[in-house]
Amino acid sequence: MSTGLPPFQRFLDAHRDSVWRFLVSSVGRTDAEDCFQETFIAALRAYPRLRPDSNVRAWVLTIAHRKALDAHRARARRAVPVADLAAVDGRAAPSPLARDETLWEAVEGLPARQRSAVVLRYVADLPHGDIAMAIGCSEEAARRSLHEGLTKLRKVVPA
Amino acid sequence: MTDRLTTETKAIESALRRGAAPGRADRSDGEIARTASDRGAANAAGRLTRRITAEGLADVSYAPAESPFGPLLLAATKRGLVRLAFPEEDIDSVLESLAQLLSPRIVEASDSLDPARRELEEYFSGRRRTFGLELDWTLIGGFGRRVLRATSEIPYGGVLSYAEVAADAGSPRAWRAAGNALGANPIPIVIPCHRVLRSGGVLGNYGGGPARKRWLLELEGALRDGG
Repeated sequence: MSTGLPPFQRFLDAHRDSVWRFLVSSVGRTDAEDCFQETFIAALRAYPRLRPDSNVRAWVLTIAHRKALDAHRARARRAVPVADLAAVDGRAAPSPLARDETLWEAVEGLPARQRSAVVLRYVADLPHGDIAMAIGCSEEAARRSLHEGLTKLRKVVPA
Repeated sequence: MTDRLTTETKAIESALRRGAAPGRADRSDGEIARTASDRGAANAAGRLTRRITAEGLADVSYAPAESPFGPLLLAATKRGLVRLAFPEEDIDSVLESLAQLLSPRIVEASDSLDPARRELEEYFSGRRRTFGLELDWTLIGGFGRRVLRATSEIPYGGVLSYAEVAADAGSPRAWRAAGNALGANPIPIVIPCHRVLRSGGVLGNYGGGPARKRWLLELEGALRDGG
């Protein structure tokens, strides 16, 4: 089997931080752990079929995006008490600004596609074309989702 | 109005970047948050590779092993040990070649290589004379496999010449090809190519260098006559 792909461990080393940040930002610290495992297990299964010239970062964040959606659906079914939200949230910095906390709660409250567009843009630092690839829409639609997400955040969080 | 919107958007964008990828922020606690986040990622990745190995999802696992020559790299498939690399070999090149020849599903996982590490440690300290490890011969084809099979039959403390090994492999005159096969041994030490000498007892070449060959043969008591 000649694939031209780097060893999976190198792929994991290269992308674990951005996947982790993306997941912590989209689903919170506790669910991020499971999503992280599911993302990379799915990536490992499909890995030998990946073309070496494909955009592996967008590819793995696409998988992470789908796992985050699953987690949000599962969470909606579980109905988490409001008081737990702060407790499960691991992204808080040692001295978090209260305003940032409000912002991140607002990010979690965005519709799925807008939330993913915002997180992929600012957490994973993906360009618009890769965001489109990751959430499965046109680049134009990705720009629109990002814009709509930011507009909603602007209403929630006073600058 | 437009200016105010732009300013607000920029404020939110920078807050998003600050909270999510704090390494790019100019606040000092951003670095702390980034370090904490990356540690979270490193821990999650560690748990992931342990799970991958435990559930047998990887095709190749690898780990370092201590040796008197410095750190060795060990790699194994589900069949057994497939590769042993000396310290001077570039780890990335070794792993990339395994990805090409075997499978790119390669993870670092020390647990699955613990038995190999233990047997090597016992061997280097003189407490082990034969290896009980399963080997994966996939990387060794054709005549090379016959040569290295014959080599693996040479007992601890014994030596053969290239010509003798070639004969054992079924081609007495192919001693030069036998030398090439020995030089390409992907699992040195465990497949004891150091026990094959040039005729007349001259040490001859060794993939890991002649000094190592001498060290191994002295460990095994094969050089008592000063050969």
